[in-house]
Amino acid sequence: MSVFLLLIQSAFAERFMPYQGTAIAAEIDYLYSFLLIVSLIAFVILIGGMLYFALKYRRKADNEPTPRITHNTALEFLWSGIPFIIFMIAFAWGLIIHKKMVDFPDKAFEVHVTGYRWAWDFQYKSGKKITNELYVPAGEPVKLIMTSKDVIHSFFIPAFRVKQDVVPGRYTALWFEAKTPGVYQVFCTEYCGTNHSRMLAKLHVLPKKKFEKWLSDNPYKGLSLAQRGEKILKGSCAACHGLSNARKIGPGFQGLWGKERVLEDGTTVVADAEYIRNSILYPQKQIVKSYNQVKMNSYQGQLSEDELTYIIEYFKNEKGN
Amino acid sequence: MAHDSQVSYLKYGNQTGLWSWLTTLDHKKIGIMYFISIFIFFFIGGMFALLMRLELLHPEPLFSADQYNQMMTYHGAIMTFMVIIPGVPAFLGNFLLPLMIGAKDVAFPRVNLMSWYCLMIGAAISFATIFFGGVDTGWTFYTPYSLETSGNTIMMVLGAFVMGFSSILTGVNFIVTIHRLRAPGMGFFQMPLMVWALYSTAIIQVVATPVLAITLLLLALEKVFGVGIFDPKLGGDPVLFQHYFWFYSHPAVYIMILPSMGIISELITTFSRKIIFGYRAIVYSTFGIASVSFFVWGHHMFVSGQSYWTGWIFSLLTMLVGVPTAIKAFNWVATMYRGSISFKAPMLFAFGYLFLFSIGGITGIYLAVIPIDVHFHDTYFVVAHFHYVMVGGTLLALTGGLYYWFPKMFGKICSELGSQISFFLIFVGFNVTFFPQFVLGHMGMPRRYHTYLPEFETLNIISTVGSWMIASGFFVTLGVVIYALLKGPKSGDNPWGGTTLEWKTSSPPPHENFETIPTVTGGPYEYGS
Repeated sequence: MSVFLLLIQSAFAERFMPYQGTAIAAEIDYLYSFLLIVSLIAFVILIGGMLYFALKYRRKADNEPTPRITHNTALEFLWSGIPFIIFMIAFAWGLIIHKKMVDFPDKAFEVHVTGYRWAWDFQYKSGKKITNELYVPAGEPVKLIMTSKDVIHSFFIPAFRVKQDVVPGRYTALWFEAKTPGVYQVFCTEYCGTNHSRMLAKLHVLPKKKFEKWLSDNPYKGLSLAQRGEKILKGSCAACHGLSNARKIGPGFQGLWGKERVLEDGTTVVADAEYIRNSILYPQKQIVKSYNQVKMNSYQGQLSEDELTYIIEYFKNEKGN
Repeated sequence: MAHDSQVSYLKYGNQTGLWSWLTTLDHKKIGIMYFISIFIFFFIGGMFALLMRLELLHPEPLFSADQYNQMMTYHGAIMTFMVIIPGVPAFLGNFLLPLMIGAKDVAFPRVNLMSWYCLMIGAAISFATIFFGGVDTGWTFYTPYSLETSGNTIMMVLGAFVMGFSSILTGVNFIVTIHRLRAPGMGFFQMPLMVWALYSTAIIQVVATPVLAITLLLLALEKVFGVGIFDPKLGGDPVLFQHYFWFYSHPAVYIMILPSMGIISELITTFSRKIIFGYRAIVYSTFGIASVSFFVWGHHMFVSGQSYWTGWIFSLLTMLVGVPTAIKAFNWVATMYRGSISFKAPMLFAFGYLFLFSIGGITGIYLAVIPIDVHFHDTYFVVAHFHYVMVGGTLLALTGGLYYWFPKMFGKICSELGSQISFFLIFVGFNVTFFPQFVLGHMGMPRRYHTYLPEFETLNIISTVGSWMIASGFFVTLGVVIYALLKGPKSGDNPWGGTTLEWKTSSPPPHENFETIPTVTGGPYEYGS
């Protein structure tokens, strides 16, 4: 049996499904291969039968008599019973795997995830926080505790076959145990507006030692204040703002410091430290002309005082160059 | 000039002007009005689909993300609320139901006309949103996004609300008509299977649609007056909306598919010249599907955070839908056994239906298995799955049915060659468009994406090219229909050799359908020797 499963495994699943990043992903692919094989057989019987009858009994004369066959109880039991049994096997098999997916291991490594339009924040128990780049150790169960700041999002890692909606006002969770170090794609799979298709993240699975080193690393170590600011802008803000002058969802950042900004109501304001700070914390207060269609979220509570300073220093420094 | 009881309904009382159509109480003329309006809606919805596919041809954006999201919303809303839901029942059903049971009209002709106006008013309101800010929620209106977006969600919701009444009123009308107006001698088990399909559909329309109306009303209450129902900021529960929405919208899927199964039963038996296999089994499975359809909505929500037990109960119940569906498919194939099978265009559509609908149905089983669904949920796999059911199933049956009953409607016959060309374009184009989307779903490409990762590009190019083939197929259909109306040869009363009652009167039928009300003595499909 297992040899047979291995055969279909290599024949089908690997070809269509993404890389199997976890042990459960491999189990799901077995079940998937079973369904694929059974449904191919069913399809061939049904459509093969249809084509065979269509050709064999195609009309040759206009008034051919046809027999009066109203039903056949044995046959009808057969073609309701066999599908029923197959469906029940698929159902039960699915349930067994699903149980493993919802039984959280006791000692999982926890990461807090916050989704918002249109990025993911990841926060570690050590206090480390990072946007759109999730780092986890290999060979160890990891639990993501997730919530949303605004609308519903959904956290999807194809390689691990896990997906969970991320709902405002409540916590949802998922877990996985990554087999091999590498970089994996994360998608948002619940429609969340303008930049839904750009709400992507990268999952970095590191060997245990490397991960621990990463976790204890200060991300700002050895960087000047302006460089630290650039790091934040390239992480948290990049989904909507470019460092160049190009318009993305919001205005570009190039040469912002000291520039006169024309606002939606026609007034102007000089981009100084106060302006930059307000634009981050109270984005609805001063909206640059022609950007009133998009609503930026406030970053209050997400960026520390220090980090606001880094950003301001970046703009000062950028102007200076 | 022939006597009034023999004159075609199209020329009845010498009234052929626009006003005579807009005020008609004749179910046949109302059916034709649905036909024209639904055809127009279909081409508008299709245009949005083509624009979406054009955007997805390459990952580099062509339209802005907001424009794409609006196209996606209008495509979905138009195709579900204005095309697929009213498509078979309101258009073919209206025209055929009284004819098939030997009645002069539906039970409430005025209500019938009102249903058409409800659809038109609702549609007008929905289209008007394009000029009042647009809507970008997707046709599902998920909260809290729909409460927060700047688009004109309320107006769209109002449109869907009004269109819902069209559906409810048509349902009530059909139920009463079937119960009260059957010709003498026609018991329930002498009714054609198309009538059974319309009957079970009507029950779902009447029972489920009010839930949509209530849900949309609650959404409007929350958005306008700030009553906390679905918005977590006001103490509401966003997932509750999904429960309400799918409590209607899952049965609605069967409003869309059951009538098409009725069409296929008619086509297969007529073009095989053979009594349908397992008539009662098909009737019971129709009702089996209709009743289970109310208890499976949770399979849309396996990853929404619903509890473990809820998940598995919904998974189990969803499996049960598969059984009656399989029974129908096997019965259709068994009907062909030792038949006298013709390959005329409507039958080709029935073959195509069986092919595509089987794929749609089987992939539905994949999605009912929870761990498989977790991977496929909200990816292109789901998009492919429901297009195989809704387009490969319902629309193919509708087009086949159109070619089949066109002579009944207008007394003229569609070009066989043209009809066959349209079939091959639609069938091949459909597979070219949607099969690659199954593969994209395996790879993990999420749906409702305005742009995508480069590794998805090749399959998206194939899919977009396919969409052009489908479009050309439907343009051929349009051409065939217009040509047949203007210059088509006369069809005779019963060009296909059908045995159901609608073929026992002239084509096109007179105003009151039958010169004398027929008396039924046997079953609907008496082909056997």
